[in-house]
Amino acid sequence: MFEFATLLAAESEEMPSVLAVPLDELIIGLIAFLIVFGGLAKFVLPKIKVTLDERANLIEGGLERAGKAEEEAATVLAEYQKQLAGAREEASAIRTAAQSDRTAIIEEARNEARSAAAVVTASAEAAMAAERAQAVAALTRQVGELALTLADKVVGEALSDDARVAATVDSFIADLERTAAN
Amino acid sequence: MAFGVVASGGPDCHLFSGCGFPAPGAEIFQFDAILSFTIGGLAFNISKVTFLLFLAVVLILGFFGYAFRKPKLVPRGAQNVGELGYLFIRDGIVRETIGKSGDKFIPFLFSFFFLVWILNFWGVVPGAQLPVTSIFAIPVTFAIIVYVTWVPLGIYKQGFVGFFKNIMFPPGVPKAMYILLTPIELISNFLVRPFTHAVRLFANMFAGHLLLATFSVAAFYLLSFSVIGILGSAASFSLAVLLTGFEAFIQALQAYIFTLLAAVYIGSALHAEH
Repeated sequence: MFEFATLLAAESEEMPSVLAVPLDELIIGLIAFLIVFGGLAKFVLPKIKVTLDERANLIEGGLERAGKAEEEAATVLAEYQKQLAGAREEASAIRTAAQSDRTAIIEEARNEARSAAAVVTASAEAAMAAERAQAVAALTRQVGELALTLADKVVGEALSDDARVAATVDSFIADLERTAAN
Repeated sequence: MAFGVVASGGPDCHLFSGCGFPAPGAEIFQFDAILSFTIGGLAFNISKVTFLLFLAVVLILGFFGYAFRKPKLVPRGAQNVGELGYLFIRDGIVRETIGKSGDKFIPFLFSFFFLVWILNFWGVVPGAQLPVTSIFAIPVTFAIIVYVTWVPLGIYKQGFVGFFKNIMFPPGVPKAMYILLTPIELISNFLVRPFTHAVRLFANMFAGHLLLATFSVAAFYLLSFSVIGILGSAASFSLAVLLTGFEAFIQALQAYIFTLLAAVYIGSALHAEH
């Protein structure tokens, strides 16, 4: 390329060809590029690269933070839901326990009432039996006394008159009926 | 170009004034030395070309130095514009062609893009009106810099044998095809590639400049008190204006293509192709 260029330049001394590549222009062009490249690469572009990277990091950091927050929210939500489920379970357990408690209490009360009633019935029955026995005893005694009285009366009257004996017996029995009616 | 007009025709050269059309030629790419000096037996000529070249260097370093002097996380003003340029090179060229591993070549390609673009851009800047890259030595210099970067880089990254093997024997091709393919790959990658890299930029800028000069000279030359003169001059002037806009687009495009190709070459050196 180089030789080709100098060849072309050398060919037309008077009016250099437009394809001439004089060495001095080549060197000046090289210097111009090196100044631009050196200046930009060393002083200018590193600064903007750092800034752009920083910006990208910031944006990425922001996205990361948002992601983290989302994750955290999800965790909190899950926890809350777990707690809610737990509370629900607990409530239902309490309800079940209360149900069984109620049944037990009712059963107990019923048993208690039943036994109390039995006691009352038993005591009433005992009292009745006692009264009956008492009544029977009293009646027996009275019957005895009455028999004695009757016997007295029968003995007191002259045993001669059968009709009088019969009347005495009849009045006794009437007396007896009156007493029973009273 | 005003330069060119005066040089080729003179201020009174118009249609019907007995003066032929002073078509601009190669002479509009020749400039007298403003200053000459000799270093180590080599004569250096400081001309308009050299001046515009160094003005571009100063502008690029000045602008980006100012824009990125204290870069803020939230950019404003010049930093915004500068970042746009940086991100264009990083995301639009480097990451696109090389990938993330090419990030350390951003300053290299950044320098090329903006240097080439500003040098091209001089072509439409009033007063300058010379795309410096239409001076063949400049694109040649840049192409040589790219060439002596990617070839040693490829040898360093892939090893001497690996590098040449990867280029001359692309995998996935029937063995017999290598008879045809290997010489083509060798010539196209090592000989034609730097040449086309330089010529593509040079020829575009050269032709564009010549086109602008031709229509500008025509607008000046045709200007005379006649129907054909006025119509022709107006048409030429309109075309010159339109082409100036078109050239501004071509200049940016060629700077992009030059940089993109440099990135592709560096990418091919970093990782084996295919």
